[in-house]
Amino acid sequence: MTATEILFWVLSALALFSALMVLISKNPVHSVLWLIVVFFSISGHYILLNAQFLAIVNLIVYAGAIMVLFLFVIMLMNLNSSTEPQKNSLIKLAGVVAGCLLLTVFVSAVRSADEIKNSQVAMSDGSIGLIENLGKTLFTQYVVPFEISSILFLSAMVGAVVIGKKE
Amino acid sequence: MPIQYYIVLAVTLFCIGVVGVLIRRNAIIVFMCIELMLNSVNLLLVAFSKMHYGLSNAGNKNIPLNIGGDAQLFVFFIMVVAAAEVSVGLAIIVMMYRNVHSTDVNFLNRLKN
Repeated sequence: MTATEILFWVLSALALFSALMVLISKNPVHSVLWLIVVFFSISGHYILLNAQFLAIVNLIVYAGAIMVLFLFVIMLMNLNSSTEPQKNSLIKLAGVVAGCLLLTVFVSAVRSADEIKNSQVAMSDGSIGLIENLGKTLFTQYVVPFEISSILFLSAMVGAVVIGKKE
Repeated sequence: MPIQYYIVLAVTLFCIGVVGVLIRRNAIIVFMCIELMLNSVNLLLVAFSKMHYGLSNAGNKNIPLNIGGDAQLFVFFIMVVAAAEVSVGLAIIVMMYRNVHSTDVNFLNRLKN
């Protein structure tokens, strides 16, 4: 086993375990902290795939900005495990069974797909994930979607202010 | 690393997110599970971009290929949309908490009648 494979398995186990802990935790603050662990392990996967720009953007945008926003809202509402609403166990069981069935369908579809057999992921070689190449592509080929996304941000900002203000 | 490992990992994360949406009633946790699903799809897109790069780079090693960079830009745009979605969604949840003093999604059934 090479170091890359060991890192892959460790990061995958960490991501799956913390994703499960997001569901299991009663306290919403603990759920947010476990979700930050998930985002860090996914960033580790991006670094393994040599997508360094996305790894840093994932850390800054998700683990930095979005999760702090979640924590801020949760602490503003003073939510904790005593105020946590619970579904009855029958609905929980039905949800888990439905999710497991969905997983079974997906995994069996992946196992029976001939197109992706013997396809390898180029782990560390290639420079397409570096910011130089991505920036060139972004500002030549994808400059119109980039400008549209700025309009999206503006409308989201106005919408958040309009929804959030007291009438 | 075979692509199947990445697909199974991303699918499992996605299904954990689906189960979370189904079994939790706190609107914030449901929202966090949606973020988890978005991230699993991002991971899958990056893995496929590197697979595409490796397949088209197999014959000619010395040509600098930029194939597969589009997928990583798609992931970037998904992150942009997710950030905008979170700001609006959290504003809606705060407004809901202000009205009913709870984040239970079962209080949002007024459209039912």
